[in-house]
Amino acid sequence: MAETVLKATRESFGEALCELAETNRDIVVFDADLAAATKTGVFQKAFPERFFDCGIAEGNMIGVAAGMAAAGKIPVAASFAMFATGRAFEQIRNSVAYPELNVKIAGSHAGISTGEDGATHQCIEDIAIMRAIPNMMVLNPADHWEMKAATKAALEYNGPVYIRLGRLAIPSFNDPDTYEFELGKGITLHEGDDVAVIATGLVVNEALKAVKELEAEGIHARLINIHTIKPIDREIIIKAAQETGRIITVEEHNVIGGLADAVSEVVTAECPVKITRIGVQDCFGFSGPAWELLDKFKLTQPHIAAVIREVVGK
Amino acid sequence: MDSSEMKQLRILAAKARKGAILGTYHAKSGHPGGSLSAADIFTYLYFKEMNVDPQNPAWEDRDRFVLSKGHCCPSLYAVLALKGFFDWDELTVLRHVGAMLQGHPDMKGTPGIDMSTGSLGQGVSAACGMALAAKLDKKDYRVYTVLGDGEVEEGQVWEAAMFASHHNLDNLVVFVDQNGLQIDGPVEVVGGIEPLDKKFEAFGFEVFKIDGHDFAQIEDALNKARNVKGKPTAILAKTVKGKGVSFMENQVGWHGVAPNKEQYEKATAELDAEIKRLEGAC
Repeated sequence: MAETVLKATRESFGEALCELAETNRDIVVFDADLAAATKTGVFQKAFPERFFDCGIAEGNMIGVAAGMAAAGKIPVAASFAMFATGRAFEQIRNSVAYPELNVKIAGSHAGISTGEDGATHQCIEDIAIMRAIPNMMVLNPADHWEMKAATKAALEYNGPVYIRLGRLAIPSFNDPDTYEFELGKGITLHEGDDVAVIATGLVVNEALKAVKELEAEGIHARLINIHTIKPIDREIIIKAAQETGRIITVEEHNVIGGLADAVSEVVTAECPVKITRIGVQDCFGFSGPAWELLDKFKLTQPHIAAVIREVVGK
Repeated sequence: MDSSEMKQLRILAAKARKGAILGTYHAKSGHPGGSLSAADIFTYLYFKEMNVDPQNPAWEDRDRFVLSKGHCCPSLYAVLALKGFFDWDELTVLRHVGAMLQGHPDMKGTPGIDMSTGSLGQGVSAACGMALAAKLDKKDYRVYTVLGDGEVEEGQVWEAAMFASHHNLDNLVVFVDQNGLQIDGPVEVVGGIEPLDKKFEAFGFEVFKIDGHDFAQIEDALNKARNVKGKPTAILAKTVKGKGVSFMENQVGWHGVAPNKEQYEKATAELDAEIKRLEGAC
């Protein structure tokens, strides 16, 4: 296994954009005055002629990106998740998703791990908002290697994609030598039949540490990483429901409308089992250092382990 | 433009108006008022100004048109049908289940439609994106868009206006169809957008004010726009909502109401008489 990389997924995203743009001349990047934060700034430096700062005007940015896509380009439009999916929701819905234009929307600083900026900047609704739009693919990669692979796949895919980026530097857990990314395919990170933990994004690593910790206690929890929230991997979820009989979802997002609901939609239709939802419990965040907030919101290893113990009844 | 060319454009515009009436009548819904006010602009663009190929609607070097005031598509559809993009009879099933012609323009389903629009304020941003793409690819196609005067109340229009001049999009022409009426009443009562010329000038546009029903003035403004360098052009076209159908002219109530059978027949008869008059006058 290669060395662990400690990196925010926004940085991995910026790196991937630059690598992909070397060979694909159609990639153009837009930002709304947050290039330094979303890490599209590294693309700006490498390809200034293909980077456009739209200023603090997210609605127009999405519309311009749509026009560019209609003219054959592959535009990537980045901002904070809050403003990209919140402020510009309707531009994404009507100017990108309805005409199925090839625009990639990158929402950075997603979730409460945005930290000190507080509730106005901690987007906990972006997955719900984007998932509800027809034609929209929704990606939420969990570490450096997955983000690089997901960015590549998103740019190779012809159609609208929302990709969620985090601000916080997190350790990688995937092995780049063996890692394989496929759009719409969940990944089983840990085997077990006592319970299925289905996680997405930044908290996958916390869940991974939790299930490993519980092995010593004789609890065999399966862990599935869902990097593609839409279209979701129905097969892996149904199999997990059938073989374990109970599911715990883990996400750094409101428990309404995100991964928990996406999993629930599959399970209730195919194999009803009880689902316990770990996530932001339908409340706003507040200021604080990212890890302290993640702990406060019970999204870290010990809290996840405690919920697993409770669900398994040990 | 000589007088016979002018006459041909007038005949085409009258036919486009007939198409808008035909479509909204069969749809039992839609927006005849603004379709009629913008009909001359659409006609001029497609028959005189724009470089397009109805046999190859997706031709990558074509000029682009974005109907930012998407609800006025009935007359645009009629112009596209007259130009040969699709069959005229499509208008008789406008807005019907399974029809090609949607209530607002759908670029995926309708040949000749370059952008899906309908939510006001969004089309102009897409037009900026197309114009920017032309610059990036060093292509000389031009991009045209038509906004409603009520539509400019949308903040996104001004975000786009800032963007267009900041990026020196001199290949972009923004028409404002100033028919003076929006759903809730006169634009100056509801939104208060004037002085619109000074606003566009302040946002870095070259501005021309014209009579949007006078083909000579439309031609003159578009010719001048081709020579504007380094900045986008706004053409503020004074128009009459409901133009060409006597009982619809300047009536706010005809914004989003379809003609009934009697009104459809009366409007069609008026436009037929106009076409006959024009064809008779050599």
